[in-house]
Amino acid sequence: MDVIIIKIKYDFHIHSCLSPCGDNDMTPENLVNMAKLCGDQVIALTDHNSCLNCPAALKAGKSIGLTVIPGMELTTSEEIHVVCLFEYIKSALEFSEFVYSHLPTVHNNPSIFGDQLIMNENDEVQGTVDKLLINATSISIMQIVSLMEKFGGFCFPAHIDKSSNSIISNLGYFPDDCGFVAAEVSKSCNLEVLKQSHSEINELKIIRDSDSHSLDWLDFENETIDCNALTFQDIVDSITIHVDCF
Amino acid sequence: MILYGKKLAQAFEILKQLMILNGEIAVTVKELSNELSLEILTAHDETDRTVTGGYCGDLLSWVMGRAKAGDAWISIMGNVNSIAVAVLADIACIVLADGSTLDEDARVRAEQQKIIVLQSQLDQFTLCNKIGELLKVK
Repeated sequence: MDVIIIKIKYDFHIHSCLSPCGDNDMTPENLVNMAKLCGDQVIALTDHNSCLNCPAALKAGKSIGLTVIPGMELTTSEEIHVVCLFEYIKSALEFSEFVYSHLPTVHNNPSIFGDQLIMNENDEVQGTVDKLLINATSISIMQIVSLMEKFGGFCFPAHIDKSSNSIISNLGYFPDDCGFVAAEVSKSCNLEVLKQSHSEINELKIIRDSDSHSLDWLDFENETIDCNALTFQDIVDSITIHVDCF
Repeated sequence: MILYGKKLAQAFEILKQLMILNGEIAVTVKELSNELSLEILTAHDETDRTVTGGYCGDLLSWVMGRAKAGDAWISIMGNVNSIAVAVLADIACIVLADGSTLDEDARVRAEQQKIIVLQSQLDQFTLCNKIGELLKVK
């Protein structure tokens, strides 16, 4: 039987106005519609340490025919950013609550860090988050893969090429004992140069995301991934097993 | 008369340096910069701020909870989040060690927020020792 492969334009790392560093224009409704305009077929909403805007984003995506994966960008205790994606919104929200309880009780100061707005699908502010979401949790990079298996999700280190908050910048290299099978590079990363200086990443499936904090950042030429279908499991399989994207 | 004035000014400067060394008067950001030959990376209107202590760290979540107002913060993190932490903690200045650089968006934010960022080629350990000696921190 022939297996049908479809090429999917994706973006698995996007922030909304819930992240304090995200523009207040990045409402779930706005970012979903902009991603669709940019030609994305599947996106993930990945606010810092929270999934509270994912329900609104999923509803917005459903109404315009864009697949939205609930997720977050976790900050580990080592201040490494890890993109966490979930199959089900229920799992995402359970993990979000777990992560929030592992954030220190440092209150956000919106005038310094920015607002942390919880929105509904009608772009109405439902509330704000009290604890500063860009802080480090007490969850270590060594724990996150097994935690994600427990919560029913998939994760990969974010923007490994960046000079801060990346697994390589913070640990000096990409360790092989954390359990990661994939890693993300930023929009502007020269992957060949990165591979030359860090040959240990040759074993990983590399994906590239926008890490958008504003609407204009969503539009970029990206490679596609090859999937059998637009289901979570097919997408995860395409990242981890079948396809080397570059 | 002018020569007398110049000599008086020189004598005063020497006395001031001695007093700083003896911990008798406070050290400002400008004096810290001069004493340790630090390069000032940001437009510097606020260099008269007094430095009252120091904190060394690169994990921003640690710094925000532990650095004190008036500290010189020694770090290698020159990104925009560092500036937000510096504002939150009300530090006197950031000192980037080991020649680490200040990102352009961080420089813009630092100037908007009136945060002075200095740079040294010295490593963090050496810088901490020198700043500690200057501040007579025990």
